[in-house]
Amino acid sequence: MLAKRIIPCLDIKDGRTVKGVNFENLRDAGDPVELAKLYAEEGADELVFLDITATHEKRKTLVALVERIAANINIPFTVGGGISSVEDVYVLLQSGADKISLNSAAVRNSKLISDIAEKFGSQCLVLAIDAKEKDGKWNVFLNGGRLETELDLFEWAKEGEQRGAGEILFTSMNHDGTKNGFANNALKQLSETVNIPVIASGGAGTMQHFYDTFTEGKSDAALAASIFHFKEIAIRDLKSYLHQKGITVRL
Amino acid sequence: MKLVIINYGAGNTQSLKYAFQRLGVNPLLTDDKEEILSADKIIFPGVGHAKAAMNVLKEKGLDVLIPQLKQPVLGICLGMQLLCKFSEEGNTECLGIFDETVKLFEPKLKVPHTGWNKTSGNESWYYFVHSYYVPKNELTTLTCNYITEFSAAIQKNNFYAVQFHPEKSGKTGAEFLKKFIEQECK
Repeated sequence: MLAKRIIPCLDIKDGRTVKGVNFENLRDAGDPVELAKLYAEEGADELVFLDITATHEKRKTLVALVERIAANINIPFTVGGGISSVEDVYVLLQSGADKISLNSAAVRNSKLISDIAEKFGSQCLVLAIDAKEKDGKWNVFLNGGRLETELDLFEWAKEGEQRGAGEILFTSMNHDGTKNGFANNALKQLSETVNIPVIASGGAGTMQHFYDTFTEGKSDAALAASIFHFKEIAIRDLKSYLHQKGITVRL
Repeated sequence: MKLVIINYGAGNTQSLKYAFQRLGVNPLLTDDKEEILSADKIIFPGVGHAKAAMNVLKEKGLDVLIPQLKQPVLGICLGMQLLCKFSEEGNTECLGIFDETVKLFEPKLKVPHTGWNKTSGNESWYYFVHSYYVPKNELTTLTCNYITEFSAAIQKNNFYAVQFHPEKSGKTGAEFLKKFIEQECK
Protein backbone atom coordinates (compact mmCIF):
# COMPACT_ATOMS: atom_id res chain seq x y z
CA MET A 1 0.00 0.00 0.00
CA LEU A 2 1.18 3.46 -0.86
CA ALA A 3 2.59 5.16 2.24
CA LYS A 4 1.50 8.56 3.54
CA ARG A 5 4.48 10.89 3.26
CA ILE A 6 6.08 13.12 5.88
CA ILE A 7 7.80 16.09 4.28
CA PRO A 8 9.95 18.56 6.20
CA CYS A 9 10.02 21.92 4.49
CA LEU A 10 13.08 24.11 4.59
CA ASP A 11 12.45 27.77 3.88
CA ILE A 12 15.69 29.18 2.55
CA LYS A 13 16.81 32.76 2.84
CA ASP A 14 20.36 33.74 1.89
CA GLY A 15 21.41 30.09 2.05
CA ARG A 16 20.08 29.52 5.61
CA THR A 17 16.93 27.81 6.84
CA VAL A 18 14.30 30.13 8.26
CA LYS A 19 10.73 29.78 9.39
CA GLY A 20 8.29 32.53 10.20
CA VAL A 21 4.97 32.62 11.97
CA ASN A 22 2.11 33.61 9.68
CA PHE A 23 4.58 34.35 6.89
CA GLU A 24 6.38 36.97 9.01
CA ASN A 25 8.99 37.22 11.78
CA LEU A 26 11.69 35.07 10.24
CA ARG A 27 13.90 33.14 12.64
CA ASP A 28 17.16 31.40 11.79
CA ALA A 29 16.94 27.61 11.90
CA GLY A 30 20.20 26.22 10.58
CA ASP A 31 22.21 24.99 7.61
CA PRO A 32 19.89 23.49 4.97
CA VAL A 33 22.23 20.71 3.86
CA GLU A 34 22.94 19.55 7.43
CA LEU A 35 19.22 19.60 8.17
CA ALA A 36 18.45 17.78 4.92
CA LYS A 37 20.91 15.00 5.75
CA LEU A 38 19.55 14.68 9.25
CA TYR A 39 15.96 14.47 8.03
CA ALA A 40 16.80 11.88 5.38
CA GLU A 41 18.49 9.73 8.02
CA GLU A 42 15.57 10.17 10.42
CA GLY A 43 13.11 8.82 7.86
CA ALA A 44 11.72 11.86 6.06
CA ASP A 45 10.05 10.69 2.86
CA GLU A 46 10.81 13.79 0.81
CA LEU A 47 12.11 17.28 1.32
CA VAL A 48 10.89 20.63 0.08
CA PHE A 49 13.16 23.67 -0.22
CA LEU A 50 11.46 26.99 -0.71
CA ASP A 51 13.70 29.89 -1.56
CA ILE A 52 11.68 32.72 -0.10
CA THR A 53 14.02 35.44 -1.28
CA ALA A 54 14.57 34.09 -4.76
CA THR A 55 15.62 37.04 -6.83
CA HIS A 56 17.63 37.04 -9.99
CA GLU A 57 21.03 37.57 -8.36
CA LYS A 58 20.30 34.93 -5.71
CA ARG A 59 19.54 32.28 -8.33
CA LYS A 60 23.16 31.15 -8.55
CA THR A 61 23.36 30.65 -4.78
CA LEU A 62 20.24 28.51 -4.98
CA VAL A 63 21.65 26.37 -7.80
CA ALA A 64 24.84 25.76 -5.82
CA LEU A 65 22.76 24.80 -2.80
CA VAL A 66 20.61 22.42 -4.87
CA GLU A 67 23.76 20.69 -6.12
CA ARG A 68 25.01 20.24 -2.56
CA ILE A 69 21.67 18.84 -1.45
CA ALA A 70 21.49 16.40 -4.38
CA ALA A 71 25.00 15.16 -3.69
CA ASN A 72 24.22 14.53 -0.04
CA ILE A 73 20.72 13.11 0.18
CA ASN A 74 19.08 10.04 -1.33
CA ILE A 75 15.38 10.86 -1.10
CA PRO A 76 13.32 12.99 -3.49
CA PHE A 77 13.35 16.73 -3.07
CA THR A 78 11.42 19.65 -4.45
CA VAL A 79 12.73 23.15 -5.01
CA GLY A 80 10.49 26.19 -5.19
CA GLY A 81 10.54 29.93 -4.92
CA GLY A 82 10.75 32.47 -7.67
CA ILE A 83 10.53 29.96 -10.52
CA SER A 84 9.00 31.75 -13.48
CA SER A 85 10.24 30.11 -16.68
CA VAL A 86 10.94 26.81 -18.39
CA GLU A 87 14.62 27.80 -18.29
CA ASP A 88 14.54 28.18 -14.47
CA VAL A 89 13.10 24.66 -14.23
CA TYR A 90 15.69 23.23 -16.59
CA VAL A 91 18.56 24.66 -14.53
CA LEU A 92 17.18 23.32 -11.22
CA LEU A 93 16.43 19.85 -12.60
CA GLN A 94 19.89 19.70 -14.16
CA SER A 95 21.37 20.62 -10.78
CA GLY A 96 19.73 17.58 -9.22
CA ALA A 97 16.27 18.67 -8.07
CA ASP A 98 13.63 15.97 -8.56
CA LYS A 99 10.67 18.30 -8.64
CA ILE A 100 10.08 22.00 -8.75
CA SER A 101 7.16 23.86 -7.26
CA LEU A 102 5.42 26.71 -9.01
CA ASN A 103 3.34 29.28 -7.22
CA SER A 104 2.78 32.93 -8.21
CA ALA A 105 4.21 32.58 -11.71
CA ALA A 106 1.69 29.85 -12.52
CA VAL A 107 -1.20 32.15 -11.57
CA ARG A 108 0.19 34.97 -13.69
CA ASN A 109 0.76 32.64 -16.62
CA SER A 110 -1.08 29.34 -16.37
CA LYS A 111 0.41 28.17 -19.67
CA LEU A 112 3.70 27.83 -17.79
CA ILE A 113 2.25 24.73 -16.09
CA SER A 114 1.50 23.05 -19.42
CA ASP A 115 4.84 24.12 -20.89
CA ILE A 116 6.77 22.57 -18.00
CA ALA A 117 4.65 19.42 -17.90
CA GLU A 118 5.13 18.86 -21.62
CA LYS A 119 8.85 19.42 -21.51
CA PHE A 120 9.81 17.65 -18.27
CA GLY A 121 6.72 15.61 -17.33
CA SER A 122 4.05 16.03 -14.66
CA GLN A 123 6.04 13.98 -12.15
CA CYS A 124 8.41 16.91 -11.55
CA LEU A 125 5.77 19.61 -11.23
CA VAL A 126 4.23 20.54 -7.89
CA LEU A 127 1.66 23.33 -7.95
CA ALA A 128 1.99 25.22 -4.66
CA ILE A 129 -1.06 27.20 -3.64
CA ASP A 130 -1.27 29.62 -0.70
CA ALA A 131 -4.87 30.36 0.18
CA LYS A 132 -6.85 32.03 2.93
CA GLU A 133 -10.42 31.45 3.98
CA LYS A 134 -12.74 34.39 4.46
CA ASP A 135 -16.50 34.00 4.85
CA GLY A 136 -16.33 30.40 3.64
CA LYS A 137 -14.43 31.20 0.47
CA TRP A 138 -10.82 30.21 -0.11
CA ASN A 139 -8.92 32.83 -2.09
CA VAL A 140 -5.52 32.24 -3.62
CA PHE A 141 -2.69 34.57 -2.57
CA LEU A 142 0.51 35.40 -4.41
CA ASN A 143 3.98 36.65 -3.55
CA GLY A 144 4.37 34.60 -0.38
CA GLY A 145 0.97 35.58 0.94
CA ARG A 146 1.24 39.30 0.33
CA LEU A 147 -1.06 39.70 -2.66
CA GLU A 148 -4.68 38.57 -2.68
CA THR A 149 -6.40 37.38 -5.86
CA GLU A 150 -10.01 36.58 -6.72
CA LEU A 151 -8.99 33.08 -7.72
CA ASP A 152 -10.77 30.21 -5.94
CA LEU A 153 -8.52 27.53 -4.41
CA PHE A 154 -10.51 24.58 -5.74
CA GLU A 155 -11.00 25.93 -9.24
CA TRP A 156 -7.34 26.81 -9.47
CA ALA A 157 -6.24 23.37 -8.27
CA LYS A 158 -8.50 21.74 -10.86
CA GLU A 159 -7.10 23.90 -13.63
CA GLY A 160 -3.58 23.12 -12.46
CA GLU A 161 -4.30 19.40 -12.66
CA GLN A 162 -5.78 19.74 -16.14
CA ARG A 163 -2.74 21.66 -17.29
CA GLY A 164 -0.40 18.92 -16.08
CA ALA A 165 0.59 19.54 -12.45
CA GLY A 166 1.62 16.28 -10.80
CA GLU A 167 0.84 17.26 -7.19
CA ILE A 168 -0.84 20.06 -5.26
CA LEU A 169 0.89 21.59 -2.24
CA PHE A 170 -1.76 23.55 -0.41
CA THR A 171 -0.79 25.93 2.39
CA SER A 172 -3.61 27.34 4.47
CA MET A 173 -2.60 30.83 5.51
CA ASN A 174 -5.20 30.70 8.27
CA HIS A 175 -3.40 27.72 9.79
CA ASP A 176 0.24 28.33 8.89
CA GLY A 177 2.39 28.91 11.97
CA THR A 178 -0.49 28.46 14.42
CA LYS A 179 0.28 24.84 15.38
CA ASN A 180 -3.47 24.24 15.68
CA GLY A 181 -3.72 21.53 13.03
CA PHE A 182 -4.10 21.40 9.25
CA ALA A 183 -7.03 22.80 7.23
CA ASN A 184 -8.66 19.40 7.00
CA ASN A 185 -12.05 20.41 5.63
CA ALA A 186 -10.50 22.27 2.72
CA LEU A 187 -7.93 19.50 2.22
CA LYS A 188 -10.63 16.86 2.03
CA GLN A 189 -12.55 18.92 -0.52
CA LEU A 190 -9.35 19.45 -2.48
CA SER A 191 -8.54 15.75 -2.49
CA GLU A 192 -12.03 15.04 -3.80
CA THR A 193 -11.71 17.76 -6.46
CA VAL A 194 -8.46 16.59 -8.05
CA ASN A 195 -7.09 13.12 -8.81
CA ILE A 196 -3.45 13.95 -8.12
CA PRO A 197 -1.73 13.79 -4.71
CA VAL A 198 -2.44 16.59 -2.25
CA ILE A 199 0.22 17.71 0.23
CA ALA A 200 -1.13 19.37 3.37
CA SER A 201 0.78 22.38 4.66
CA GLY A 202 0.29 24.85 7.47
CA GLY A 203 -0.71 24.22 11.06
CA ALA A 204 1.20 21.13 12.22
CA GLY A 205 1.73 21.24 15.98
CA THR A 206 1.22 17.73 17.31
CA MET A 207 1.49 14.15 16.07
CA GLN A 208 -2.30 13.91 16.27
CA HIS A 209 -2.53 16.70 13.66
CA PHE A 210 -0.75 14.47 11.14
CA TYR A 211 -3.07 11.58 11.90
CA ASP A 212 -6.05 13.87 11.45
CA THR A 213 -4.95 15.22 8.10
CA PHE A 214 -4.30 11.72 6.72
CA THR A 215 -7.73 10.53 7.87
CA GLU A 216 -10.19 13.47 8.01
CA GLY A 217 -8.24 15.61 5.56
CA LYS A 218 -7.62 12.73 3.10
CA SER A 219 -4.15 14.18 2.49
CA ASP A 220 -1.56 12.09 0.71
CA ALA A 221 1.37 13.80 2.36
CA ALA A 222 1.92 16.33 5.12
CA LEU A 223 4.49 19.07 5.22
CA ALA A 224 5.84 20.91 8.24
CA ALA A 225 8.80 23.06 9.12
CA SER A 226 9.28 24.53 12.57
CA ILE A 227 8.18 21.53 14.61
CA PHE A 228 10.93 19.55 12.90
CA HIS A 229 13.57 22.29 12.86
CA PHE A 230 13.15 23.07 16.53
CA LYS A 231 13.00 19.35 17.40
CA GLU A 232 9.54 19.53 18.90
CA ILE A 233 8.63 16.35 17.05
CA ALA A 234 11.16 13.79 15.82
CA ILE A 235 10.26 12.27 12.46
CA ARG A 236 11.03 8.78 13.67
CA ASP A 237 8.65 9.15 16.63
CA LEU A 238 5.98 10.64 14.42
CA LYS A 239 6.16 7.74 11.98
CA SER A 240 5.98 5.06 14.64
CA TYR A 241 3.04 6.91 16.21
CA LEU A 242 1.22 6.95 12.84
CA HIS A 243 2.08 3.30 12.24
CA GLN A 244 0.61 2.34 15.63
CA LYS A 245 -2.55 4.25 14.75
CA GLY A 246 -2.91 2.19 11.57
CA ILE A 247 -1.62 4.69 9.00
CA THR A 248 0.65 3.20 6.31
CA VAL A 249 4.03 4.86 6.61
CA ARG A 250 7.51 3.86 5.50
CA LEU A 251 9.43 2.69 8.56
CA MET B 1 34.75 -1.07 -13.26
CA LYS B 2 33.39 1.08 -16.04
CA LEU B 3 29.84 2.16 -15.39
CA VAL B 4 27.99 4.12 -18.05
CA ILE B 5 24.74 6.05 -17.73
CA ILE B 6 23.17 6.42 -21.15
CA ASN B 7 22.64 10.11 -21.74
CA TYR B 8 19.80 10.94 -24.08
CA GLY B 9 18.45 14.04 -22.39
CA ALA B 10 15.83 12.12 -20.44
CA GLY B 11 15.38 13.47 -16.97
CA ASN B 12 17.39 13.65 -13.86
CA THR B 13 20.63 11.82 -14.55
CA GLN B 14 22.42 14.01 -11.99
CA SER B 15 20.71 12.18 -9.10
CA LEU B 16 21.84 8.84 -10.48
CA LYS B 17 25.37 10.07 -10.86
CA TYR B 18 25.43 11.27 -7.26
CA ALA B 19 23.89 8.00 -6.05
CA PHE B 20 26.73 5.99 -7.61
CA GLN B 21 29.35 8.45 -6.40
CA ARG B 22 28.08 7.86 -2.85
CA LEU B 23 28.81 4.16 -3.52
CA GLY B 24 32.33 4.99 -4.62
CA VAL B 25 31.82 4.56 -8.38
CA ASN B 26 32.15 7.45 -10.78
CA PRO B 27 29.82 6.76 -13.71
CA LEU B 28 30.34 8.13 -17.18
CA LEU B 29 27.34 9.97 -18.58
CA THR B 30 27.47 9.54 -22.35
CA ASP B 31 25.61 8.90 -25.62
CA ASP B 32 28.79 7.73 -27.37
CA LYS B 33 28.33 4.25 -28.81
CA GLU B 34 31.94 3.15 -28.31
CA GLU B 35 31.88 4.24 -24.68
CA ILE B 36 28.60 2.41 -24.10
CA LEU B 37 29.84 -0.76 -25.81
CA SER B 38 33.04 -0.80 -23.76
CA ALA B 39 31.25 -0.41 -20.40
CA ASP B 40 31.10 -3.22 -17.85
CA LYS B 41 27.65 -2.20 -16.74
CA ILE B 42 25.09 0.18 -18.13
CA ILE B 43 22.31 2.27 -16.63
CA PHE B 44 19.41 3.19 -18.89
CA PRO B 45 17.54 5.94 -17.03
CA GLY B 46 14.50 7.89 -18.04
CA VAL B 47 11.95 10.38 -16.87
CA GLY B 48 9.45 11.98 -19.19
CA HIS B 49 7.37 10.96 -22.18
CA ALA B 50 7.83 7.62 -23.99
CA LYS B 51 7.32 9.01 -27.49
CA ALA B 52 9.73 11.93 -27.02
CA ALA B 53 12.32 9.61 -25.45
CA MET B 54 12.08 7.07 -28.29
CA ASN B 55 12.52 9.85 -30.83
CA VAL B 56 15.76 10.95 -29.16
CA LEU B 57 17.01 7.34 -28.98
CA LYS B 58 16.32 6.97 -32.71
CA GLU B 59 18.09 10.22 -33.58
CA LYS B 60 21.14 8.98 -31.72
CA GLY B 61 20.92 5.45 -33.15
CA LEU B 62 20.62 4.09 -29.60
CA ASP B 63 17.40 2.24 -30.45
CA VAL B 64 19.54 -0.19 -32.46
CA LEU B 65 22.46 -0.30 -30.03
CA ILE B 66 20.63 -0.95 -26.74
CA PRO B 67 18.98 -4.28 -27.73
CA GLN B 68 22.40 -5.59 -28.82
CA LEU B 69 24.11 -4.96 -25.49
CA LYS B 70 25.56 -8.02 -23.78
CA GLN B 71 26.61 -6.42 -20.48
CA PRO B 72 24.24 -6.09 -17.52
CA VAL B 73 21.84 -3.23 -18.30
CA LEU B 74 19.59 -1.66 -15.68
CA GLY B 75 16.56 0.24 -16.96
CA ILE B 76 14.98 2.64 -14.49
CA CYS B 77 11.41 4.02 -14.57
CA LEU B 78 10.81 5.20 -18.16
CA GLY B 79 13.97 3.27 -19.04
CA MET B 80 12.16 0.10 -17.91
CA GLN B 81 9.10 0.97 -19.95
CA LEU B 82 11.16 1.69 -23.07
CA LEU B 83 12.69 -1.80 -22.86
CA CYS B 84 9.19 -3.17 -23.46
CA LYS B 85 7.59 -3.72 -26.83
CA PHE B 86 4.96 -0.99 -26.87
CA SER B 87 3.74 1.82 -24.65
CA GLU B 88 0.25 3.26 -24.47
CA GLU B 89 1.94 6.59 -23.75
CA GLY B 90 1.75 8.25 -27.15
CA ASN B 91 1.11 4.77 -28.67
CA THR B 92 4.83 4.27 -28.99
CA GLU B 93 6.77 1.34 -30.42
CA CYS B 94 9.60 0.72 -27.95
CA LEU B 95 12.74 -1.42 -27.86
CA GLY B 96 11.09 -4.81 -27.47
CA ILE B 97 13.44 -6.63 -25.08
CA PHE B 98 10.41 -7.51 -22.99
CA ASP B 99 7.36 -8.62 -24.91
CA GLU B 100 4.99 -6.42 -22.91
CA THR B 101 2.65 -3.49 -23.49
CA VAL B 102 3.09 -0.63 -21.03
CA LYS B 103 -0.31 0.49 -19.77
CA LEU B 104 -1.85 3.60 -18.25
CA PHE B 105 -3.23 3.17 -14.72
CA GLU B 106 -7.01 3.27 -14.52
CA PRO B 107 -7.75 6.34 -12.34
CA LYS B 108 -9.35 4.33 -9.52
CA LEU B 109 -6.85 5.95 -7.17
CA LYS B 110 -4.75 9.05 -7.70
CA VAL B 111 -2.49 8.99 -10.75
CA PRO B 112 0.52 9.31 -10.96
CA HIS B 113 1.36 6.65 -8.40
CA THR B 114 3.56 8.95 -6.32
CA GLY B 115 5.50 8.04 -3.22
CA TRP B 116 6.87 5.11 -1.28
CA ASN B 117 5.39 1.69 -1.80
CA LYS B 118 6.38 -1.77 -0.73
CA THR B 119 7.42 -4.45 -3.20
CA SER B 120 6.48 -8.04 -2.60
CA GLY B 121 9.29 -10.43 -3.23
CA ASN B 122 11.67 -8.56 -0.94
CA GLU B 123 9.34 -6.48 1.29
CA SER B 124 11.28 -3.27 0.74
CA TRP B 125 10.12 0.31 0.42
CA TYR B 126 10.99 2.11 -2.80
CA TYR B 127 10.09 5.49 -4.24
CA PHE B 128 7.78 5.41 -7.27
CA VAL B 129 6.45 8.12 -9.52
CA HIS B 130 4.71 6.96 -12.69
CA SER B 131 1.38 6.92 -14.50
CA TYR B 132 2.13 3.96 -16.77
CA TYR B 133 3.12 0.46 -15.67
CA VAL B 134 4.45 -2.85 -16.94
CA PRO B 135 1.87 -5.57 -16.19
CA LYS B 136 2.91 -8.54 -14.11
CA ASN B 137 4.31 -11.27 -16.37
CA GLU B 138 6.49 -14.39 -16.26
CA LEU B 139 9.68 -12.27 -16.18
CA THR B 140 8.52 -10.24 -13.17
CA THR B 141 10.92 -10.52 -10.22
CA LEU B 142 9.26 -8.02 -7.86
CA THR B 143 5.67 -6.85 -7.83
CA CYS B 144 4.00 -3.81 -6.34
CA ASN B 145 0.36 -3.17 -5.69
CA TYR B 146 -1.31 0.08 -6.67
CA ILE B 147 -4.67 0.00 -8.45
CA THR B 148 -3.45 -3.32 -9.85
CA GLU B 149 -0.55 -5.68 -9.21
CA PHE B 150 2.20 -4.56 -11.57
CA SER B 151 5.88 -5.26 -12.24
CA ALA B 152 8.23 -3.38 -9.90
CA ALA B 153 11.16 -5.30 -11.39
CA ILE B 154 11.63 -7.55 -14.41
CA GLN B 155 14.60 -9.45 -15.77
CA LYS B 156 15.51 -11.18 -19.02
CA ASN B 157 19.08 -12.40 -19.50
CA ASN B 158 21.36 -9.36 -19.05
CA PHE B 159 18.48 -6.88 -19.00
CA TYR B 160 17.24 -5.76 -15.60
CA ALA B 161 14.58 -3.15 -15.17
CA VAL B 162 12.84 -1.46 -12.26
CA GLN B 163 9.87 0.87 -12.11
CA PHE B 164 10.98 2.55 -8.88
CA HIS B 165 13.82 5.03 -8.47
CA PRO B 166 16.59 3.27 -6.53
CA GLU B 167 18.64 6.48 -6.61
CA LYS B 168 15.89 8.18 -4.60
CA SER B 169 14.90 5.29 -2.36
CA GLY B 170 17.10 5.98 0.64
CA LYS B 171 19.17 3.13 2.06
CA THR B 172 17.19 0.32 0.41
CA GLY B 173 17.69 1.98 -2.97
CA ALA B 174 21.40 2.44 -2.36
CA GLU B 175 21.69 -1.24 -1.42
CA PHE B 176 19.90 -2.17 -4.62
CA LEU B 177 22.32 -0.14 -6.76
CA LYS B 178 25.27 -1.55 -4.83
CA LYS B 179 24.09 -5.04 -5.62
CA PHE B 180 23.84 -4.17 -9.31
CA ILE B 181 27.35 -2.81 -9.51
CA GLU B 182 28.85 -5.54 -7.35
CA GLN B 183 27.09 -8.55 -8.80
CA GLU B 184 23.77 -8.85 -10.57
CA CYS B 185 20.50 -7.55 -9.24
CA LYS B 186 17.58 -9.74 -8.39
